Amino acid sequence: MSYAVFSSFNYWMVIVLMMTGFFIVIAQGNMVKKVFGLNIFQVSVFLFYISMSPIEGGTPPILDERFELYSNPLPHVLILTAIVVGVAGMALGLALVVRIKAAYGTIEEDEIERLEEEMP
Amino acid sequence: MIGFGASELTEALALLSAWQALPLTVLVPALGALLILLTGRWPNLRDSITIATSLTLLWLVLPILIDVAQGGRPGNRLVEIFPGLPLAFKAEPLGATFAAVASILWLATSFYGIGYMRGHHEENQTRFFACFAVAIAATMGIALSANMMTLFIFYEVLSVSTYPLVTHSGTDEAKRAGRVYLGILLGTSIGLQLVAIAWTWTVAGTLDFEAGGILAGHVSEVTVAVLLALYIFGIGKAAIMPFHRWLPSAMVAPTPVSALLHAVAVVKAGVFTVVKVVVYIFGLDLVASSTMGLALAYLAAASILIASLVAMTKDNLKARLAYSTVSQLSYITLGAMLATSAGVLGGGLHIVMHAFGKITLFFCAGAIMVAAHKTEISDMRGLGRRMPFTFVAFFVAAISIIGLPPMGGAWSKWLLALAAAEREHVLLLATYMISSLLNIAYLVPIAVRGFMPAAGEGMGEGWRIREAPMFCVVPLCLTALATLVLFFAADPLLAFLEPIAPPTPEAP
Amino acid sequence: MIAVYWQTAMAWLTQLEPHFAPLQVAIPLIAAPICVLIRQRRIAWFFTLVVTWVTFAIAVALLVQVRSSGDISYAIGGWEPPWGIEYKVDLLSALVLVIVAGIAAAVMPFARVSVEREVPNPRIYLFYTMYLLSLAGLLGITITGDAFNLFVFLEISSLSSYVLISLGRDTRALTAAFRYLILGTLGATFYVIGVGMLYMMTGTLNIADLATRLPALQNLRVVEAALAFLLVGVGLKLALFPLHTWLPNAYAFAPTVATIFIAATATKVSVYVMIRLLYTLFGGTDFFATTGVDEALVGLGMVGMIAAALIAIFQRNVKRLLAYSSVSQIGYMVLGLALGNVAGLTAAILHIVYHALMKAALFMAVGCATTQARVVQIEDLAGLGRQMPVTMASMVVGILSLIGVPLTVGFVSKWYLLQAAFVAGDWAIALVIVASGLIAAVYGWRVIEAAYFTDAPEGRAEVAEAPLSMLVPLWLLTGLCVLLALNAEWTMTLAEEAARALMNGAAAGVVP
Repeated sequence: MSYAVFSSFNYWMVIVLMMTGFFIVIAQGNMVKKVFGLNIFQVSVFLFYISMSPIEGGTPPILDERFELYSNPLPHVLILTAIVVGVAGMALGLALVVRIKAAYGTIEEDEIERLEEEMP
Repeated sequence: MIGFGASELTEALALLSAWQALPLTVLVPALGALLILLTGRWPNLRDSITIATSLTLLWLVLPILIDVAQGGRPGNRLVEIFPGLPLAFKAEPLGATFAAVASILWLATSFYGIGYMRGHHEENQTRFFACFAVAIAATMGIALSANMMTLFIFYEVLSVSTYPLVTHSGTDEAKRAGRVYLGILLGTSIGLQLVAIAWTWTVAGTLDFEAGGILAGHVSEVTVAVLLALYIFGIGKAAIMPFHRWLPSAMVAPTPVSALLHAVAVVKAGVFTVVKVVVYIFGLDLVASSTMGLALAYLAAASILIASLVAMTKDNLKARLAYSTVSQLSYITLGAMLATSAGVLGGGLHIVMHAFGKITLFFCAGAIMVAAHKTEISDMRGLGRRMPFTFVAFFVAAISIIGLPPMGGAWSKWLLALAAAEREHVLLLATYMISSLLNIAYLVPIAVRGFMPAAGEGMGEGWRIREAPMFCVVPLCLTALATLVLFFAADPLLAFLEPIAPPTPEAP
Repeated sequence: MIAVYWQTAMAWLTQLEPHFAPLQVAIPLIAAPICVLIRQRRIAWFFTLVVTWVTFAIAVALLVQVRSSGDISYAIGGWEPPWGIEYKVDLLSALVLVIVAGIAAAVMPFARVSVEREVPNPRIYLFYTMYLLSLAGLLGITITGDAFNLFVFLEISSLSSYVLISLGRDTRALTAAFRYLILGTLGATFYVIGVGMLYMMTGTLNIADLATRLPALQNLRVVEAALAFLLVGVGLKLALFPLHTWLPNAYAFAPTVATIFIAATATKVSVYVMIRLLYTLFGGTDFFATTGVDEALVGLGMVGMIAAALIAIFQRNVKRLLAYSSVSQIGYMVLGLALGNVAGLTAAILHIVYHALMKAALFMAVGCATTQARVVQIEDLAGLGRQMPVTMASMVVGILSLIGVPLTVGFVSKWYLLQAAFVAGDWAIALVIVASGLIAAVYGWRVIEAAYFTDAPEGRAEVAEAPLSMLVPLWLLTGLCVLLALNAEWTMTLAEEAARALMNGAAAGVVP
């Protein structure tokens, strides 16, 4: 049992990070924190992809006669793309927060909601 | 008319052939509506268009009548909505009769409406006449549709196009009434009728009106019961209780609307659809063998009695007439639910008889409103001496509604009662009789008291005829006369209708 | 001379024809950065117009190709699937491509006036850049045959639509965009988790390849979990009730052109993705029978149809009302696809097309009214029935179609949905369907009553009818709403064929 837990250590970490991020997104009223929570959530998924690819005894995927067992390179490539997408999303989120701060004078959800309720 | 020289008539009037005329019966009033909108700035021209359109419509309905009388069943399909489900027209005796009644009475109402609207100085007359024409187009569509889908489409058009007429005055009260009106009509039709139609399509694979019905052999007894209930309640225009509230609500409309639409076109479209569904979707046998049919028959009977009783309590003339209509409509529904030849034919005949009678009553109510500005029955004492034509016409029409000879209403009630007797339901038979007594109680006194001296008024004083404008009085006299003529014309009319439900001598 | 040019052009086209699939996405994708370089707003508009029309032409050409010679598979960069990324066009995706590109093309003539009115002028070229990017993303989602590539396009379209929304005038557009961003990114990440799990189990990302491998693995908890993640992710993007919270404000406060485009296409493409997931990716498994996904989706679809429509009744803002109506209508599609029979799937596909048309037309009509009379709330529509008869007539047609009145497209899809309910043997579902239509009649009626049966407020200046550049696209779409209902056969055959193909594909994949 303990062996099973240990062997899938990476997945446990992924789940811990994922839940942490998810919790921040849901529970935090502060918009900057929300964006970062979202980022943590995404990073956990990146780790999930990356950590699934190595194979026991495998080498980096460099074609050479001496190596026979390669790790899977594809997840890394995928996650490079996903990181770019994540960064874009985070930048956009933060940019929106800046604009929201300028427009409402606050970045707290509840205060903004109160302000919006007064609008027609 | 049918007996002599149909071909000479066709030639003399340059009539179209029936299949050509079919789609035009819908198109012509619709085009008329457009022209009315365009010529709204010139009231005389606009109203001439109304008259011209209604005359054209009569000219179009005539060849259809002739063809159907000769045993033809002309048809015409426009577009195929889904494979096997076209937008199509087909004339059969019941539909042709309904179309004829509606178009004849539209002509009368056009004259009457012009006199009424001008005499009453109503606003938005252009919208009024345009919507009226659209409503007639929809009625023609209902009368002559070849399948349930086409019928349903025109049924909805009729509901929507009459809304601006009901709320014509634009007051808050009218709007509230309009919401009830549209709410019930659309609610029942979309909420129940559409489900029934879709279900029918799923099990039968067709929606065409076919003699003998399309459901037989496809459905279990339970399904028949559920479907029948969905249809009967879904056809809100038939005003079976508890879905009758829209009809009294609709009385806020100007009287020509109440007269043609809410005594003839809209409500008759409802019961017409009921009869059509019973005869051509279910088939008489299926309804006759269903317990639900009997249950609904008793509900209709209850409707008849309750509505009559409510009518007696109403002092507002139009409200009383509205409840009387609710009651009379259930006569037809009851006839259809009895599902015998006499019941269906009596129902079909009653569509005609009641139309002429009730439109006359409403015409009279409107004339009284225009000439004397009275709406409450208690204020009408003695009015008959100032408006003798109106009150005599009222009396004649009332006799027809009650069902006494020598007025047309006698025949249809006779047949309906016969149907109840055939099925050996004494209670239903009694309902017809009791209701007739109630009719006497709430209709005749109005006419009789009209000729009595008004309170505090001597016999000789104020005795001067002050009728409504000629445009109003002439049509109502003519329709009253028609109820009398119909008494003698009932036989050919019955012969015309008979193919929809031929009396079977070998009935079990 | 002209003939020579014509011949050269034709020769070019013939050479290009096999590459239409990647061009479908590449053209708007490449056009977007060019649009940034243009900067001048009118030129940017015209450039975008041309690009969208070309894109639309390609989409139509693809549909014709699929109809005449079967499904198209295109290996990007020459890497054969399942290793490389595959672009795959079958009947369903061709249909969605046509509707997405078609709406994008139809909106453009309308956009010039409306965007100049609603978006700060120095940012207009950026608006069109984002418009093109969003279009490229949506087309990419539809055309790609690769599960991860789908995620990338999903993010391209989402990120650009967040920006489109945030360009609205109202400050609430910012918060709406932010909330959409949070939920949208969560949804996309959920999707990636699901894809990751599938990849872990199968080692492939190609959807067709996955579909052949999954039946062998269907009892594994991981695969079920993957399906759950995928469905929640896509459910967020398509605003499946109760995951719809981002939608109403986003639609209400975005610039009208953005609203039209997003409302008509984005959620529809997400529904398309859900169909792909359920019928292609998991089509070979018997998950419908074992996991209860169908019942869950049927339930959520029905609750959404009713609840969102009820909420719509109480809205005062016209665009918000239409937004809640969208949530309700999405319920129709989800219900249809979850019923699991051909009629239901056909209804869902038809409703994707029809709802795109009618919602685009409705929001366009609102856009006309906003441009001419600053309409925001329902009361502001008072008297417009007389002052803007052409616009309001189109609005009436749109509303009738939402209700599902015969002779409008809304009726056709609802008719199929009713059939599906009866085929599934559940007439309670049929009652829910018509009940939802009735509620639509109530909220639709509020709009009609305001426009036609309420007098214009005292002292409002005379309102003119919208310019032709807005009315023509408006009536193009409105006309289609009626024409496609009068002759439903054309769209219906396509949808039914697509549905059958999906069903058969699903049935063929089942491992005994």
